[in-house]
Amino acid sequence: MNIDPELVPAEGAVSGPSAPRRREWVQTLVEAWGLRRTKVGTVMFALLLLIALFGRFVAPYTPTEFVGRPFSDPSTAYWLGTDFLGRDVLTRVLYGGLSVFVLGISATVIGTVFGVSLGLVAGYARRVVDEAIMRVLDVVLAFPSVVLAMLFVSILGPRLWLIVLMVGVSHMPRIARVTRAATVEVVARDFVRAAAAVGVPRRKILLYEVLPNISSPLLVEFGLRLTYSIIMIAALSFIGFGMQPPAADWGLMINENRIAIITQPWVVLAPVLMIGALTISANLIADGLSRAMVGIDRDTAQA
Amino acid sequence: MPPLLKILFMRLGLGVLTLLLVSVVVFAATQALPGDAAKAILGKDSADTERYEALRKQLRLDRPLVEQYASWLGGVVRGDLGKSLVGAGANVTDLIGKRVVNSAILVLFAALVSIPISILLGSLSAIWRDSKFDNVVNIANLSLASLPEFVIGIIMVLVFATAVFKWLPSVSNVNSLMPLSGQMTLFVLPVITLALAVVPYVSRMLRASTVEVLESEYVMMARLKGVSEPRVLWHHALPNAIVPTIQVIAINIAWLAGGIVTVEYLFTFPGVGAGLVDAVANRDMPVVQALVLLMAAIYVLLNLMADIVTILISPRLRTGLR
Repeated sequence: MNIDPELVPAEGAVSGPSAPRRREWVQTLVEAWGLRRTKVGTVMFALLLLIALFGRFVAPYTPTEFVGRPFSDPSTAYWLGTDFLGRDVLTRVLYGGLSVFVLGISATVIGTVFGVSLGLVAGYARRVVDEAIMRVLDVVLAFPSVVLAMLFVSILGPRLWLIVLMVGVSHMPRIARVTRAATVEVVARDFVRAAAAVGVPRRKILLYEVLPNISSPLLVEFGLRLTYSIIMIAALSFIGFGMQPPAADWGLMINENRIAIITQPWVVLAPVLMIGALTISANLIADGLSRAMVGIDRDTAQA
Repeated sequence: MPPLLKILFMRLGLGVLTLLLVSVVVFAATQALPGDAAKAILGKDSADTERYEALRKQLRLDRPLVEQYASWLGGVVRGDLGKSLVGAGANVTDLIGKRVVNSAILVLFAALVSIPISILLGSLSAIWRDSKFDNVVNIANLSLASLPEFVIGIIMVLVFATAVFKWLPSVSNVNSLMPLSGQMTLFVLPVITLALAVVPYVSRMLRASTVEVLESEYVMMARLKGVSEPRVLWHHALPNAIVPTIQVIAINIAWLAGGIVTVEYLFTFPGVGAGLVDAVANRDMPVVQALVLLMAAIYVLLNLMADIVTILISPRLRTGLR
């Protein structure tokens, strides 16, 4: 078989043809930054991250110290009042964001790594392997939102690693679908066929030829899944299966102080506003990215 | 076989296969239990080997896994979901029966409220594209879609039940002994919360598909023929725009089956969601299995129905040209 020498990459330069495309996701980032919603979302997200990371250093008390009577109203001593055990609400809000960020981001990374791997393999292999992977992922898809995590919590108890893993797993089907669709499109192009023709190993083709060329849709998907991870992790803490007492955690705080919603609304409202601001900011970024990717075409971006 | 029938049968087969695999996952999950159900029931008494062995035999835990799965699945199909591990060990079917009815009513109300609102908002923002109305709806949708349902619910409680107004009850302990009509106020906040969580997705989809239809050639043709604008909208554009939205509506109602978990828990509404939280907290495996299987089955069946309806009404698939 004669191979056009033009198509054969030089030794050690396997990724050569796709090198200029590698920064596709950077392009998307730059264009997304031009949109106001992305800027607003990023500033909000960064502020909340700063609070979660460094808030503890300016907190007036420690998160587990009893500072007053339970459900005290806000005062100069405790600006947001005290919780059901008499701990300072402001302090616990300042401490309680870190777990949301760490767990949410970990779950998203796990879901993305596994989802992208499966999607790449399915999109490149096609036929039986493709069918098998996608059908198995359909099964995961059938468990709505936090139900899959709850099934496993009922067996192994509320372990953090389990929650993170199950939230990650429940993202896999959708991430794999997006990856697969993008992969199928890229695989049909010449440079991938050329690499395959000269015997580049399949793993290298997927990592160095296909992956860089589908980075934009994956970036968008990562942003979207991060929003849902935070929502799911907060929801699991809220129903009592995430962070366990006496930890300071926004979701758990809402759960613990629910009964005070009539007498001392701040105890519940403060963590509610933090979670709400966080998920809205993450979604603004995700929305900005997806608009940037489709070329700011509003109609298709809304679909 | 005609191509349409073939597509329908394949889709049906796929749905059944997914359901079977879901049941395998739900069954297999319990096998990860440290110890087994007999140990869980006896608790500290499981040191009593004789009783432990007898219970194992009674629960058929001494049989091979495949046989256990087959008899469990057979029971599920006949409506026998086993006995609860908590309290007096009532039949799971009796335990969850009322909860299923309550949740079904809740989801039905939520769908009845959210679908017309979504259609209205979606089509109006498509007609008045890029207007102030469109922008406001867009931003409201984006914000609502990013909020967890329980956050929306708590804000509803603060506004309508406690801190601002005291119009509605903040707890929805629906009682099956009293007539439903006397307890309608208990449904208001959970229904609004669920509806607010669904409207953004459906109305955004409807807006997108309406925009597409409004720019199509046949709508332009109708306008050129002098058909009045309202008639263009109601007779030509909207019916076609709703078709691609059917799937999104189905997915969202299916999502409600899982999304009710946090909302029911928040309002202490006696439905399957709050029941699942209780069962998980008590590690009452038969109830967990039954409820998880039910929620997953609803999701699979609604998706199946949406796909079949889409196949039946889209001409391209009807004629078998894929």
